[in-house]
Amino acid sequence: MRLVLDVPTWPGNEAGTHVDVRLTAPDGYQATRSYSVATSDRGRVVLGIEELPDGEVSPFLVREVRAGDKLEIHGPLGSYFLWRPGQSNRPVQLIAGGSGVVPLHAMAAAHAAASDSTLFRLVYSVRTPAHVYFRDELAALAGPSFTVDYVYTRQAPPGWGGTVGRLTRDSLASTTIAPHERPRIFVCGSTRFAETVAAWLLDLGHSARDILTERYGGK
Amino acid sequence: MTTPLDGNVLAGALANLLVPDPTNLQARCTNCGQVAPIAEAVVYPDAPGLVARCRTCDHVLAAIVDDKDKTYLSLSGLSAIALPK
Ligand SMILES: Cc1cc2nc3c(=O)[nH]c(=O)nc-3n(C[C@H](O)[C@H](O)[C@H](O)COP(=O)(O)OP(=O)(O)OC[C@H]3O[C@@H](n4cnc5c(N)ncnc54)[C@H](O)[C@@H]3O)c2cc1C
Ligand SMILES: [Zn+2]
Repeated sequence: MRLVLDVPTWPGNEAGTHVDVRLTAPDGYQATRSYSVATSDRGRVVLGIEELPDGEVSPFLVREVRAGDKLEIHGPLGSYFLWRPGQSNRPVQLIAGGSGVVPLHAMAAAHAAASDSTLFRLVYSVRTPAHVYFRDELAALAGPSFTVDYVYTRQAPPGWGGTVGRLTRDSLASTTIAPHERPRIFVCGSTRFAETVAAWLLDLGHSARDILTERYGGK
Repeated sequence: MTTPLDGNVLAGALANLLVPDPTNLQARCTNCGQVAPIAEAVVYPDAPGLVARCRTCDHVLAAIVDDKDKTYLSLSGLSAIALPK
């Protein structure tokens, strides 16, 4: 689900940063969760939120929040999981699991906005076509210096030529930039997804220093 | 929520206490000597408070605990942080 916030004082943000959203119940109980910024433009901040049915915060943001409601947010936050244009001319491999695509979409958009010609590739693992975030935006960004490879873990779109199932070490190897090209790699998704993928990348011969991860929690 | 996160999630809490947000800074573990960005720590988000552990040896690096009118910040497991000039 896409949540669009009007934040007139938003200072702009680098690609990959997040906000902390804090909810306060009438009895004073507070819950804070982090959400990556998908895009921001002149005081308008877009988040992509996956509802976890037994969650404390995400069902509220997906189901209860109405246009005009006020939310407490803190950000932009984070100085590690960032992509900056012109920082390096090494190719960039993005690897997303589920809502982990949100900050990676921000990086791909920043890369296009800067007309940066370093090679970008995204591998995006997602349950079904209905679970894809920013499909149109990603399609619009695709071109000679940015490609997207989808991995459907439960159900693929009609006419899909590939296999359906979880990402494996072998499919990761065949869809990502080879280790000898020394890509900088950004991995984002649930904690288990991020750790599994990072371990495979090391197995495949990438250097730990080149792998940046952001863990969202969960299984 | 018992699944650990990583040090990226500390940015909000630390940005209130330290300038600049230090999650990208290299810090050294007092126990094993590993030097790594704070963002790479293992973070337990409701321990209570946020508890960051070394990804190499599991030693507690830092903790941030909110009380009513104060925030307690412990950096007892960090022997050095490299600050930009
Ligand atoms: C830096 C950072 C950026 C994030 N950005 C985003 C984002 O852009 N979009 C987004 O949807 N989420 C994002 N998250 C995850 C988000 O902060 C929350 O953890 C998530 O929305 C669950 O919160 P909740 O209160 O609904 O669930 P909780 O009440 O915290 O948890 C409910 C149950 O769901 C499980 N669970 C918790 N997190 C996940 C998860 N990520 N996947 C699967 N199961 C989980 C828990 O183990 C628990 O069993 C980010 C997390 C971090 C640390
Ligand atoms: Zn250690």
